[in-house]
Amino acid sequence: MNCQSATREISNYIDGDMDAGLRHDLEVHLHGCQHCTVVLNQVKMTVELFCDEEPVELPGDVRSRLYDALQKKLGAK
Amino acid sequence: MLCATFMSEQNGKGPMARAAGARARLAGEPLADALSTSNPHRIPSTVAKEDEHLLVAAAKGGDLSAFNELVSRYERKIFRLTMNITRNREDAEDAMQDAFLKSYAHLKDFAGDSRFYTWLVRIAANEALMRLRKRRPNQFSLDEPIPGENEDLIPQDIQDWGPSPEQRYGQTEMHEILNGAIDELSPDFRTAFVLRDVEQLSTEETAKILGISVPAVKSRLLRARLKLRDKLGRYFRQGEVH
Repeated sequence: MNCQSATREISNYIDGDMDAGLRHDLEVHLHGCQHCTVVLNQVKMTVELFCDEEPVELPGDVRSRLYDALQKKLGAK
Repeated sequence: MLCATFMSEQNGKGPMARAAGARARLAGEPLADALSTSNPHRIPSTVAKEDEHLLVAAAKGGDLSAFNELVSRYERKIFRLTMNITRNREDAEDAMQDAFLKSYAHLKDFAGDSRFYTWLVRIAANEALMRLRKRRPNQFSLDEPIPGENEDLIPQDIQDWGPSPEQRYGQTEMHEILNGAIDELSPDFRTAFVLRDVEQLSTEETAKILGISVPAVKSRLLRARLKLRDKLGRYFRQGEVH
């Protein structure tokens, strides 16, 4: 496996979505390739940062309009 | 699952009994009070997610205060989702409102074979995508050819990010960095990334919502992740603090 093929598989590797043979080939490549190992770790970290981020509070005016709409449309039933 | 902390966000800290008691107190209150804009969090929003099915069942039976609790529990995440997809505050707000209204209107169709939140995400994503496609009809493709084997994807910039970028930036700063990075993605890449990696939907589910094939989702996801890595690298390179 070369760096091009390894890069194509990084995403599937992170998701655990690849067969055992391909995973083995990728891991052999990663073992000998610092470049792809760094990329893999940074892509993993990227996904984790987005995944871990807490959603911010709803802006006050947005929340007010949301509850006004719910009150108006559901309350009218 | 890569992000082990994902589902823990909704894990409750308060005992079930306290939540049930709070709901019982609220149940007899008039709708206007239950849906009050001045105090939408009458019930602690950190109640255990295990009680979600009770709230859904009550809402199905017409209990608006139970539905209100579901709204207050998920409003932040749903607004983040619609903002992430549309990148337009007005559209995101409309999509969120319509998602909650439609979810209430169609609660009887919710079979309970998935979490209510996952069902809500599908509705909200569709609302947001509809607005995105309307606003940017030429920037959003329904499907795309899978890139050829010769397409060069190998990242060039692989400088060390140094230890724990999340410890080098405050929460607000990190939010701005991530928000700025995702904003630079094309709609095709952004929507695939948001549904898969932020909302943790399956590849199949993401494909269904986006109306594209599973290989196309994987292709977009790979490219989105590589592009985001590249964009974040501008901030996280060792020794550089912006």
